[in-house]
Formats: sequence, C-alpha cells, structure tokens
Amino acid sequence: MAKGTIKIDENRCKGCELCTSVCPQHIIQMATYFSARGYRPATLVDPAGKCTGCALCAMICPDVAITVYRETKPVSGPKIQVAPA
Amino acid sequence: MLTEEMQVVFDYPDALTEETTHYCPGCTHGIIHRLVAETIDELGIREKTIGVAPVGCAVFIYNYFDTDFCEAAHGRAPAMATGIKRALPDRVVFTYQGDGDLAAIGTAEIIHAAARGENITVVFVNNAVYGMTSGQMAPTTLPGMKTTTTPTGRDVEIAGYPIRMCELLAQLSGASYIVRRSVHDPGNINRTKKALKTAFRAQLNQAGFSLVEILSSCPTNWGMSPRDALTFVKEKMIPYYPLGDYKVAEAVKTIAQ
Repeated sequence: MAKGTIKIDENRCKGCELCTSVCPQHIIQMATYFSARGYRPATLVDPAGKCTGCALCAMICPDVAITVYRETKPVSGPKIQVAPA
Repeated sequence: MLTEEMQVVFDYPDALTEETTHYCPGCTHGIIHRLVAETIDELGIREKTIGVAPVGCAVFIYNYFDTDFCEAAHGRAPAMATGIKRALPDRVVFTYQGDGDLAAIGTAEIIHAAARGENITVVFVNNAVYGMTSGQMAPTTLPGMKTTTTPTGRDVEIAGYPIRMCELLAQLSGASYIVRRSVHDPGNINRTKKALKTAFRAQLNQAGFSLVEILSSCPTNWGMSPRDALTFVKEKMIPYYPLGDYKVAEAVKTIAQ
C-alpha cells in the first residue's frame, strides 16, 4: 500500500463532513475547535500512517480544501503507477 | 506525515481563483466547479474560454473562475452564449445553469439553442429546488417532495410533473451530446468529469450542442445534512432521473473514445 497524506486548508473547509463519509481508512475527523470562519474544520488524525493518498476525500470536497500527497514508490508489494490527478 | 518522497497527486486547479465560494456547506456546486475547472486546465483552453453565468445560486460563478465570464439574464444564458460563440467562433463558450434557470424561465432558450445546434456546452446542475430564493418548488422537484411552496409535498394533480430535460433535448436533431450524471459519490464524480471533458471536446471539434446534466444536492433547502442529501440524490433522484447517455452523435462517439 502506498503511503500518503493530506493537507486540509482550514480557511476553505466549511465542515460539511463529506470527506469523513468517504475516507476508507476513517482517519478524517472533525476538529473540536472552530476555524476563523466559524466552522469546525476536518482534520487528519493519522498517528499510525494509514493514509494511502487515495484522494477520495479531495474528490468529494465541495470547497477544494484538500491537497493530497502520495509516495511514488510503494512500501511493499508490486509497483504501482501514480496517475496524475 | 509528509515525507520528501511524496508528490502532490491532487491539487487546486489553475482555472479556479483563490476566492472561497459563498455556497452552503456540503453544496455540490463546489465539486462541479472543480470538475469544470479541471477540464478547462486539462484541455489547455483557459485563455480562450468564456463562461456565461446564470441567475441562481451560481450567480457569482464569475468570482470563482479564472476565465472570462458574462452574466446573463435569468434563463437567457444559452441565448447569450449563442451570440458570443457566433461573434467569436474560436472561443470555447459554456453556460452554467441550474434547474430553475434552465428548466423554468429559460426553457425556450435551451430548447432553441439545442434545436439550432449551437456549438456551445451547457453545464446543467439539477438539484430539484430553487436554491438561491430559499427553496421553492422547481420544475424538477420530485413528486411528493417538500419545498417551501409545497409544504405537504409536490402534488402532481396541482403542480404537474417534473421535467426530464435530457430526454426532452435528446429528441432534437441539433443536439450532439446529451448525458445525465451525478456527483453523489467519488465514482460518479469521475464519470461526471469524463462527460464534461467529452462535452468540451465536442465543442472544440465543432460537433454542435452539448449538455451535461448533473444531479446535485441542496442540503440547506432540503433540510438535510450534506451526507443525507447525497443519499437522497442516490435513492430518490436517480430513480426519477436515470443516469446515462441520452444522445451521443456519431461525431462525438469518436471523441469520447
């Protein structure tokens, strides 16, 4: 499984929670604090490094608040091709 | 954790400005904006694209796209796009319209633009309700669906039946690419993106009128959470508005491959 991560722009996030509903690893949670815009932003809670950079969260985000990063080489298993987003 | 070996695989499209949208949380307009912007980027047509904005929630779309834009009177976007395209045939002209704009006040314009086979692309966002004016019944509101003007649900005896625009427009000889898609999950978002790309490429290849209807949600006016609203699209809207290709002209079939 490739390793990845995401960055969520808190100033764009409106706290709609759609990203949490599609994350296959269930590692996106809503923050307990409010952003400057008054929403509870989505945050990545991934201490175990489970994010694969699949980009499903970014695809469904209506506010284009998520940037996705992925390792080009897999940690183990067959070599994967990273498709351009 | 971000490491040096990681590369950006999903980023903000160039064709969108940095402006944050005024849409409600969970509104799928934002997803559709991104798909249109990515299509413009991938086809490399940002410098020669002219959009025509509707009246409706997307009325401020010109703030969000880094392309040229024009604001049309309610429902008249296809008429304005016709004029722009005929005056400047080398430009890529698209309209972005909601169901209240396209299927109610603008019915005549869209039907005749399609009948004339105008070489424009129409992005039709169908969320079954008038969003901007606070959720009145639209021509596309489902039978039995509650809105502010049908508080007990749309009664087809009084208010008639919803209009299926794709099926209607597919009858016209001038139309070249008429499809319906949805953005309720990532798989369907991908399919919508492909359809938008085909629609823009159809225009670039002078194939004629192309329209992509996109089933969208309106969490605020439906009175649902964003997640429930997408489930409503999947379970209630798609049975009435089946997804699919309603017309793909021979000239577009070769493009789509």
